[in-house]
Amino acid sequence: MKFLPLIWNGLFRKKTRTILTLLSILVAFLLFGYLSAIEEAFNAGVSMAGADRLIVRHRVTIVQTLPVSYQQRIAQIPGIEAVTHATWFNGLYQDSARNFFPQMPVVPEEFLKVYPEFILTEAEKNAWLKTRTGAIAGRQLAKKYGWKVGDRIPLQATIWRQEGDKRTWEYDLVGIYDGAKKGTDTTQFFFRYDYFDEARAFGKGEVGWYIIKIKDPEQSTAIARRIDDEFANSPAETKAEAEGAFVSGFAKQIGDIQAIMISIMSAVFFTILLVVGNTMSQAVHERTEELGVLKALGFSNPQLLCLILIEALVLSGLGGGLGLLFAVLMTAMGDPTRGALPMFYLPTGDLWIGAGLAVGLGIFTGLFPAWRAMRMNIAEALRRM
Amino acid sequence: MNTTAQPLVQVKDVEKIFRRGSEEIHILRNLNLEVTPGEFLALMGPSGSGKTTLLNLIGGLDRPTQGSVAVNSQRIDQLSDRQLAGWRAHHVGLVFQLYNLLPTLTAEKNVDLPLLLTHLSKSERRQHVEAALKVVGLSHRARHYPRQLSGGEQQRVGIARAIVTDPTLLLCDEPTGDLDRQSGDDILALLQALNREHGKTIIMVTHDPHASHRATRTLYLNKGQLSQDMPE
Repeated sequence: MKFLPLIWNGLFRKKTRTILTLLSILVAFLLFGYLSAIEEAFNAGVSMAGADRLIVRHRVTIVQTLPVSYQQRIAQIPGIEAVTHATWFNGLYQDSARNFFPQMPVVPEEFLKVYPEFILTEAEKNAWLKTRTGAIAGRQLAKKYGWKVGDRIPLQATIWRQEGDKRTWEYDLVGIYDGAKKGTDTTQFFFRYDYFDEARAFGKGEVGWYIIKIKDPEQSTAIARRIDDEFANSPAETKAEAEGAFVSGFAKQIGDIQAIMISIMSAVFFTILLVVGNTMSQAVHERTEELGVLKALGFSNPQLLCLILIEALVLSGLGGGLGLLFAVLMTAMGDPTRGALPMFYLPTGDLWIGAGLAVGLGIFTGLFPAWRAMRMNIAEALRRM
Repeated sequence: MNTTAQPLVQVKDVEKIFRRGSEEIHILRNLNLEVTPGEFLALMGPSGSGKTTLLNLIGGLDRPTQGSVAVNSQRIDQLSDRQLAGWRAHHVGLVFQLYNLLPTLTAEKNVDLPLLLTHLSKSERRQHVEAALKVVGLSHRARHYPRQLSGGEQQRVGIARAIVTDPTLLLCDEPTGDLDRQSGDDILALLQALNREHGKTIIMVTHDPHASHRATRTLYLNKGQLSQDMPE
């Protein structure tokens, strides 16, 4: 602590340069935090996917449906604990494509068994089981539109019209679910399959995909193969895969987000490494004489090494810390796309990675100047005065 | 020279050679020197005669190519870099021609620098700093930065920094070389008072014959060798 004024004064010897360097680091770490949130938003489904869940879809494309009769045959395959299904509804709320959120008809009892991370109260569960037009919405979604239990939610069909060419489907909101984990998607809307199947004008007895809970995650590949074999050479062949792979494939339709993010961040951090490295080298070079004086006064080589390393760490820590803080504040403001990235938040793990990068930046940029200061000959340094 | 007292500084058969490419420059040749406690020794000589090099060897800032340097019977030329740094912190006070104060620190923080290497508490350090600044007559300028002080005042701060740890030996390299006559005289009077009243052993390198008159002994360095007579 007693060396702190010495470190602080060394750091702010050239205020403008230090502040500009701090701002560069801040921007780099802000970018890191914000891009991490974007990446998390794209991969939220992958990271939250259950290791013990498989998705079975039509072999050709997810757009094609599967017969509901497959459910029983799948359930008989050894190693399967539970089977349920879902279908993409793709309705419009308030008749606007901007109000996008995922909507799916499901079988409530089975669905809640396969997805235990969706938390409802017992009263809400019972209400959903009893109400044919009942629907549940995630907490984030309900908050966004100001919905409360008891509200009637109208959706305009873009695919699934009702008999009589009726576009409007009305649902009674009987529950608002919370996520068991921070990243659990609470922006979805689920309603009952029996009501949906009876009322739709076409496609009766069809489902979008099956969700399967398996007993042993290590058997997932073997079970997936068994399922696909079961329906081989049928009119609707299947493709079974782990839920994570299924969601990841969905996200990759946009592009390999992770690769794009890593490329951007590598370029940013390489640049910032040069900027901070240059600042530290200049700062130490300009102080050769002063460091020579400190050595003459009795400061040892390890003490000088520590002083310069701490100075670099304070610089990167301050810039990095502020950058991450701003990133947390900005991501806390929520999804910047108004719905395209519902799970927009900065994961704690990425904050730790950011902190590690800041420490690494400090050590990397401080080490060379510190090593040069250590090797400095006192008599020569003093002669430069 | 007082031959009866045990010498505080003992430089024996010292050679210092600098290498510039393949060329060898002999700065000091077979040099011997003894300084007794309480002495105020002035080292004079033309530029390039090796005065500062000799001072650096005695202060443990450099090592001899050959020979030995002992202070208080301790062979400092045999100490490791780390031991030498610790030795300097406790036993030597250095005063430089250009003061060498850290521009971003106030006078009191500059004086406090050597004390950062001790185990003194903050309040004890403050007491030492105040005492040192009082000795050099600069208590009222404690919170001023070097740029706010005159050359003479900056050198006083430099002297306060040199004496704040109460070192065995005070080494001054042209302490008045960058000052006007009046300020230089004041600094010399201060050094003389430190020698006479506080018993400090001082070795001062100077070009100025006027400065050397303040010393108790003057030696001349010419072509790497010491003599008691001024070279012609």
